Amino acid sequence: MNPASTLVESLMPLTVLLPLLGAGAALVLVSRPTLQRVVSVLVLVAVVAISVVLVAGAADGPRVVTLGSWPAPLGITLVADQLSTIMLLTSMTVTLLVLLYAIGQGSSDDDSRTPVSIFHPTYLVLTAGVANAFLSGDLFNLYVGFEVLLMASYVLLTLGGTRSRVRAGLTYVVVNVLSSLVFLIGIALVYGAVGTLNLAQISTRMATVPPGVQLAIHLVLLTAFGIKAAVFPLSAWLPDSYPTAAAPVTAVFAGLLTKVGVYSIIRTQTLLFPGDTVARDILMIAALATMVVGALGAVAQEDIKRVLSFTLVSHIGYMIFGVALATPAGVGAAIFYVVHHITVQATLFAVAGLVERVGGSTSVTRLAGLAATSPLLAVLYFVPAVNLGGIPPLSGFIGKLGLVEAGVQDGSVLAWLLVAGAVLTSLLTLYAVAKVWVLAFWRPAEALPAERSDDGGYEGGHPVPIGAGRPRPGASGAGSAAYSGDFLGASSSVAVWRPVALPRMMTAATSGLMAVGLSITLVAGPLYTLTDRAAADLVARTPYISAVFAQATDDRVTR
Amino acid sequence: MSTSLLLLVLIALLYTAGIYLVLDRSLTRVLLGVLVLGNATNLLVISAGGPFGAAALVGRAPEQAMSDALVQALVLTAIVITLGVSAFLLSIIHRTWALDREDDLTEDTEDRSVRRRLARGDQVDEDEFDTAGCEATSDTDDERAGSVAPAGGPA
Repeated sequence: MNPASTLVESLMPLTVLLPLLGAGAALVLVSRPTLQRVVSVLVLVAVVAISVVLVAGAADGPRVVTLGSWPAPLGITLVADQLSTIMLLTSMTVTLLVLLYAIGQGSSDDDSRTPVSIFHPTYLVLTAGVANAFLSGDLFNLYVGFEVLLMASYVLLTLGGTRSRVRAGLTYVVVNVLSSLVFLIGIALVYGAVGTLNLAQISTRMATVPPGVQLAIHLVLLTAFGIKAAVFPLSAWLPDSYPTAAAPVTAVFAGLLTKVGVYSIIRTQTLLFPGDTVARDILMIAALATMVVGALGAVAQEDIKRVLSFTLVSHIGYMIFGVALATPAGVGAAIFYVVHHITVQATLFAVAGLVERVGGSTSVTRLAGLAATSPLLAVLYFVPAVNLGGIPPLSGFIGKLGLVEAGVQDGSVLAWLLVAGAVLTSLLTLYAVAKVWVLAFWRPAEALPAERSDDGGYEGGHPVPIGAGRPRPGASGAGSAAYSGDFLGASSSVAVWRPVALPRMMTAATSGLMAVGLSITLVAGPLYTLTDRAAADLVARTPYISAVFAQATDDRVTR
Repeated sequence: MSTSLLLLVLIALLYTAGIYLVLDRSLTRVLLGVLVLGNATNLLVISAGGPFGAAALVGRAPEQAMSDALVQALVLTAIVITLGVSAFLLSIIHRTWALDREDDLTEDTEDRSVRRRLARGDQVDEDEFDTAGCEATSDTDDERAGSVAPAGGPA
């Protein structure tokens, strides 16, 4: 074994370990907010650096680590193939930038005395769970990764425990607990059927299982992952729970959590159950419904965060479309789309947080003239928004084009329907984001209905309402934080909304996210080659399986 | 692979009870449902391990007579996870109680806003759309909306 590969393999577990250790350190440092921030940033920088090494390391074949040196089918394996390393690098980069955004928000809110110190440890635990899920080569370890990230997400979503967050949190927690139970049922069925939980070994043994049983197991797993990925009939929880959370939390959730579900679906489809036509058709129909229903939902909404939540659901459909095609072209385009979508969606939610801060609201009926007052914010919104809609030079267009091409190649009736659906969804998305642009950014502030601005109470003497938002329905009433995107949502004393300048650090972090999104466009060529290679490996299956079993020199099969 | 019929019947019963409880509006019952469903799933995992046998300790019994130790390890992990999740659920149920003095998963905010808009003849009520405003509007009943948060109502 050469030194380079041992380096890669010894770094792999660190992506999970470092955030967990960092979470512990951050918890100890609760009374030292600055140090706590430094620790979390350093940990995430290290994880991003490791992810870069892993991407390079996995370029010539999947890397496998057997934890505790137990050989493959006995012990737990971590597998870093191209798919998982690409996902890891993208998600960790976004996580780091969103952390900077959160720090910016925390320091400009000056909330050093509030109990948000729990944010940093929880955030790092979330990161560890995500990394574990991406690298896991074992079905049960994947479940544990899911639980770790979900547990952290429950805490983050209900941060502050305000009424709206507790309410949204309840839906979120109950739905996700149930989906985890479905996943566990799937694990029990898999174990009962093939007697192993090692992904590579399951994939080799699954062929001997009767087709009916295979289909049943497959559908149970797809249901579990479908809930987590928010695929249409199982997506209703998402737009209800995400918008209430703090802006950085929503940004990271939108970027990561559903994508872990999509990642698991990709693994299930390519590694465990390739060539299952029934499930394939079901997935394609679900993808079509997800795209169209989600986009129609986005068009109907008036709150920016809700618009974005619906586009998030809708664009999950694109990824499922590519995965369901199960051709190298389809899967490759889907992986590219995941990378694109993680960054763009996180950027947009971060921008929504900025809009809320500058305009005092996220409802487009109460915002106007943001482009005039804050041109930078307008650019920050505009670029990722048209990217999401799929305007040509940007990565959203490239991803959608790849998917459409793959669909046309496939040529079946269902695939053509999906191609039509994809184009329609792209237009509807563009309509939804353009509506936000026109109302919140482009129309002059004077165009707002007068009654909207005079009951908000601008006692501070600001003659021109920037965004004529009010902090709460009836600003003098019960809810009284200056803007609700702050961590605690409630508390504080000022009832009057004041126009706030763009906070520097949050803006910088958002610009960073946008820059990452744009750089995906710039390196689209090489990236697409990479995702295509990843997809070819996934569809071929042998690289993954043989890499895992090459480790198992002592292949004493259990049972 | 063989397993005990009694165990399967028990699992089926637990799933039935669990699903019934989860569908209830009372949050405490939902929590109980989650617990029962969790136990049903744990039993399912155990039964996936094949027939029961001797404890899996080397030297105590011949290898063929041992029961599968892996499923027990899985279930242990699952139990710990369920414990943590239940504790969290319990805490937010308590929080709902502290905020609203009730233990009911009430109807959807969005549903209610649609109904109100219809009642008001399509006049759009942005207050309902603003998710940030949820704290000010009551999450429970139309009558309460008047008393708890005067700001939420159109009057």
